[in-house]
Amino acid sequence: MNVPVAWYLVLAALLFGIGAYGLLVRRSALIMFMCIELMLNAVNLTFVTFSRTLGDIAGQASVFFVMVVAAAEVTVGLGIVVAVFRRRASTSVDELSELRG
Amino acid sequence: MIAATYTIAGVLVFVTAAALILVGAVSVIAVKNPVHAAIALIVTLFGVAVAFVAESADFLATVQIIVYAGAIVVLFLFVIMFLGVDRREGVRVDPLVGQRSFALVGVVITIAGLVALMARSHWVTGATSVANGGAPLATGQHNVRQLGTAVFTTYLFAFEATAVLLIIAVVGAVLLARRERRADELSDDGEEVELAP
Repeated sequence: MNVPVAWYLVLAALLFGIGAYGLLVRRSALIMFMCIELMLNAVNLTFVTFSRTLGDIAGQASVFFVMVVAAAEVTVGLGIVVAVFRRRASTSVDELSELRG
Repeated sequence: MIAATYTIAGVLVFVTAAALILVGAVSVIAVKNPVHAAIALIVTLFGVAVAFVAESADFLATVQIIVYAGAIVVLFLFVIMFLGVDRREGVRVDPLVGQRSFALVGVVITIAGLVALMARSHWVTGATSVANGGAPLATGQHNVRQLGTAVFTTYLFAFEATAVLLIIAVVGAVLLARRERRADELSDDGEEVELAP
């Protein structure tokens, strides 16, 4: 029941593109984190597709580790968002220019 | 090239997964309310889980539902509610002139480049004739066994490193989100005092 590999790869490329567009356009830090999750999921889909096609479990093991790193990233990232929100009462990244040199 | 030995069921599963993924992803970047974006993110993650099942990654599909949709999105929703930012954000504001057009052009170039790069030769390996490389992957119970064997033998060091990474992330999140009580008690005007290192 396998459909051609190309379909899944094109789907993953589209998902990655949508995530990248959202990351570039949206200004809310929370939405930007969600867009990063979209891009990570696109890469995971590619890994699993390669794993199936090549008959190699290494792709699925990579997805396993990507998920762990994504969980750690979200934890620290949302901690930073909460800490910034306490000072600035906003989650917009446009107002975070105080580190400008 | 790719052998076209696919069935109606496979096509239906793919179309369902693709519809879930694309509708959810577009909703994430299009809606104004962050809570709605988080719900749309769940739809996308569920679609990816459907694709995982169709590609014989049963364990990863389960983890996708439990960890991503269950834990990560709930964490998102918790922070949204905690900060009280569940109001509409001005999606139409354009701080940099023409940033939407530039973003769209860049993304289209990226997608076209990816597809062109893959379509020029074989989609997966870059070789010209790999029909189905090694042995097909096991499904169901054997998929868990296969993945577990790989993670706990070949990738044991990486597995231990992720354990350390998770500890660091938890400690870092606690440090970042902690509110300094002592500073509030010492200063009467309620100003935030810098944390001592």
